[in-house]
Amino acid sequence: MPDVVISFAVILVVFLVLPLIVGQTEHKVMAHMQSRLGPMYAGGFHGWAQLIADGVKFAQKEDVIPAAADRRVFMIAPGVALVPYLVVLIVIPLDRDLVAVRLDAGLFFVLAVMGVGVLGSIMAGWASGNKYSVLGGMRSAAQLMSYELPLVLAASSVAMAAGTLSLPGIVEAWQWWWLPWQAIGGVVFFLAGLAELRRPPFDMPIAESEIIMGPMTEYTGMRFALFMLSEYVGIVVLSFLTTVLFLGGWHGPLLPGWLWTLVKVFVLAFVVIWLRVSFPRLREDQLQKLAWAGLVPLALVQLALTGVVQVLL
Amino acid sequence: MDGYFGSYVLVAALLAIGVAIVAGALLANRLLRPSRPTPDKLTSYECGVDPVGEGWAQSQIRYYVFTYLYVVFAVDAVFLFPWATVFDAPGYGLTTLVEMFVFLGFIALGILYAWRKRVLTWT
Repeated sequence: MPDVVISFAVILVVFLVLPLIVGQTEHKVMAHMQSRLGPMYAGGFHGWAQLIADGVKFAQKEDVIPAAADRRVFMIAPGVALVPYLVVLIVIPLDRDLVAVRLDAGLFFVLAVMGVGVLGSIMAGWASGNKYSVLGGMRSAAQLMSYELPLVLAASSVAMAAGTLSLPGIVEAWQWWWLPWQAIGGVVFFLAGLAELRRPPFDMPIAESEIIMGPMTEYTGMRFALFMLSEYVGIVVLSFLTTVLFLGGWHGPLLPGWLWTLVKVFVLAFVVIWLRVSFPRLREDQLQKLAWAGLVPLALVQLALTGVVQVLL
Repeated sequence: MDGYFGSYVLVAALLAIGVAIVAGALLANRLLRPSRPTPDKLTSYECGVDPVGEGWAQSQIRYYVFTYLYVVFAVDAVFLFPWATVFDAPGYGLTTLVEMFVFLGFIALGILYAWRKRVLTWT
């Protein structure tokens, strides 16, 4: 029982603190990449408390639910978007012995539960009673549809290599030469995951210059903050998954295992931010084309490569 | 908390914690926020006049086609997972490898068909 309490405490820290760190890093990294300073005032030292100040502001804002909205669905949508990412964290190993639950079907569980998160933005889009929200919700749905397939195929390539669906089992089986062997799958998985998070350059569903904020247009205050939090928890979860599946999780010289996992996660989170600053938004047809004509065939190539190497060597 | 269902009890516990976090945040918000709704404040955030007329409208079926594509392939992909854990077990080897190429061939053919039917192009 103490193990369970400790691992739940770790999960809650990961869930509540890492997204804030990633968010603050995004503020600062984006700012410096664009020759600005970013937040400098809140908290005194380089604006470290900016997101806490934002949180205080969000908590005091009036909750406006438009008259045209479908109230109940509108109200629970942010929760539906956020909670799945917390639940996913339960099967992700931070270190060899630091995993809350060793589910045999861990990988399958992760993919299934992460799919639920997108329902939140579809619900928000539909329930808002606003044409921009509906458009954004439709685009979210289409994006989930298209990118789920390469995500699943790339993930199953790792399962083939490791011969198990359990996430700790996959990391246990990992060898350094999996890096070149699973490289295509890793890139496909990361890009498809990024698209599922609707992060730039895949942020067509919330494209603010044409549909305001997509499914989140009508949201204010705490509910909007929950949507924002779910985006950053999503970045953390995606980085964790890519680390665990493709970068060997806790494996690494010298440093303790949990630190290696965190280092890899932060490097990936930095890449997520970097991609946001570097690439313009993809148009809707370009998005679909990238998924179906780019990532899916690449994932199939990876599957063939994994199978051939695994059976013949 | 052992065994197959024991681990899912923990998953359910974490789900409950997640719901409690969201509920707690919204409760704190309810205690701290002002509430002064006015008819103007509650109108939809759109430009120009509010939408009028019925809920029926003409719309593109593109997304619908993508949904079909997805359903076809996702159902296939689900079968990959149980297969992936045993495909190189002793006694399978080359047989399952050939099966895999048959599977990949089917998916690739499906995508090729969609491409030829110009489902993937928009204009």
